Amino acid sequence: MRVDWNTFWPRIVESTGETILMVIATLIFGSILGISIGLLLYVTRKGNILENQLLFQILNILINIVRPIPFIIFLVAISPLTRAIIGTTIGTWAAIFPMTIAASFGIARIVENNLLSIDPGVVEAAKAMGASPFQIIFTVLIPEALGPLILGLTFVTISLIDFSAMAGTVGGGGLGHVAMTYGYQRFDGSVMLVTVVILIILVQFAQWLGNTLSRKIMRR
Amino acid sequence: MIEFKQAAKTFRLGNREVQAVKEVSLSIAQGEIFGIIGFSGAGKSTLLRLVNMLEQPTAGSVQVQGVDIATLSQKDLRKLRRRIGMIFQNFNLFTSRTVAGNVAYPLKLAGTPKREISERVEELLRFVGLSDKANDYPEQLSGGQKQRVGIARALATSPDILICDEATSALDPDTTGEILRLLKKVNKELGITILLITHEMHVIQAICDRVAVMEEGAVIETGSVFDTFSNPQHPTTQRFIQSVQQDRPSNTLLKEWRAKGGQKLYRVIFKGEVASDPILSSITQKFGIHFNIVYGSIRELQEKFFGNLLVSFEGEVQAIELVIAELKRTVEIEEVEIHES
Ligand SMILES: Nc1ncnc2c1ncn2[C@@H]1O[C@H](COP(=O)(O)OP(=O)(O)O)[C@@H](O)[C@H]1O
Ligand SMILES: [Mg+2]
Repeated sequence: MRVDWNTFWPRIVESTGETILMVIATLIFGSILGISIGLLLYVTRKGNILENQLLFQILNILINIVRPIPFIIFLVAISPLTRAIIGTTIGTWAAIFPMTIAASFGIARIVENNLLSIDPGVVEAAKAMGASPFQIIFTVLIPEALGPLILGLTFVTISLIDFSAMAGTVGGGGLGHVAMTYGYQRFDGSVMLVTVVILIILVQFAQWLGNTLSRKIMRR
Repeated sequence: MIEFKQAAKTFRLGNREVQAVKEVSLSIAQGEIFGIIGFSGAGKSTLLRLVNMLEQPTAGSVQVQGVDIATLSQKDLRKLRRRIGMIFQNFNLFTSRTVAGNVAYPLKLAGTPKREISERVEELLRFVGLSDKANDYPEQLSGGQKQRVGIARALATSPDILICDEATSALDPDTTGEILRLLKKVNKELGITILLITHEMHVIQAICDRVAVMEEGAVIETGSVFDTFSNPQHPTTQRFIQSVQQDRPSNTLLKEWRAKGGQKLYRVIFKGEVASDPILSSITQKFGIHFNIVYGSIRELQEKFFGNLLVSFEGEVQAIELVIAELKRTVEIEEVEIHES
């Protein structure tokens, strides 16, 4: 049975909105969490401003455990936690929760790597000028790492579009859900084509925005 | 102003220990430019970093303006750091900030009101001669300009002390000269005490009042630059001095001199006012001896003359001996040995 495009378009628009909501919400929550964890990893590392071996090791191991789990499996594996926190495992917000957790660990590593590439001399200069650890984090580490950080977040955003489609196939809503139920299970090629085109446009837009912003910040 | 009292720093790397600084006692007076020279790995940077507690001493103490800085709370330590400007070999400018932003940064940390900050930044950039670069980013500047920004930034909170870690080592000779003149100006016009470390003797020679020579974590010689230059005690000090003043011609040239039947060579060292008196000519004339300056230089060290000449004498042997004896009363003189190898 083919879909009736006159009534189906609103459905596509709604799903696109859901996908965008999932990606943006995850990006916001994931960035807050991920940047915090990444900063913690960096400052607690040996020789850094808030050196703390125990905390560093705990975070490091946690990230190493979570990161290699394929998202689709992670999604299912933490569904009891999702149910406990969100109240359901179906719908957009039920997808945002596992996406946020998975994204934050990825972002944490990206943030840590970007921070490690900052010249330690710059941090030392700030310290010598009387900056507190808190001031160093917000006035040196974040601004100095911002350019590459935005490129990293762009990369994450694109994976999130991917994640959101996967979440969609297991009841998360969004374009993934549409592609799955209409395009795949009902063999409607036109639905498949439309969702693919929309996903491509979303990815291209995210990439363009990320490149433009980071270029502006890195002045090149 | 700064007082190291048997200050020591040992790094522990696993079960290995590195004694970077070994019981150094030094006292740096208000208003002077004090230089610490040593080869790479001698412990200079570590010693310097004890002054603003970027490194904590593992023994002994460091006093700044009479206060043992190890006793300060974190908050007081941060306040103290604002009174000690620091500049670095690699400048360590914030790449995310403009020149003006870099200079403003320590003032922002100190909570200075916005309007005051912009006035002060303008004043500092004028002082270092970079007013036209205020809105440039560090990557648009040359090495010398970057160090000027570093100096302006270090001076922003009007410190009493400026510490410099190899501030000119990444610069070419011309630019080094410019930066050294600027440091001298900082010292003279603003009355800021400067403690600098370097592995280059010409830096010490150009601007320092006193010098300490460091080797393997210890200070092996210290004194006024003039005395140290004119009378180095330790072989390492002598090596540093030779690096700036080639005080004898090469052995090849000396052997050639002797092969051609040249007379014995004597090194004559003049210091201070003596250098401006015509001692050599008056004494040789008295004994009817001719002298010949073969090699040497007369230079300025800390606004005093310092002469180092290789001289040969022609005439009766006994008269020459008398000349030498007489010269010995006012200047340093010794025969130059020519090595066979
Ligand atoms: N943070 C550190 N950890 C371990 N060893 C260090 C550290 N900093 C310096 N050292 C060691 O201390 C010695 C002196 O270093 P440094 O003070 O940098 O010398 P210099 O500045 O004279 O070249 C060297 O052997 C160096 O390897
Ligand atoms: Mg050094």
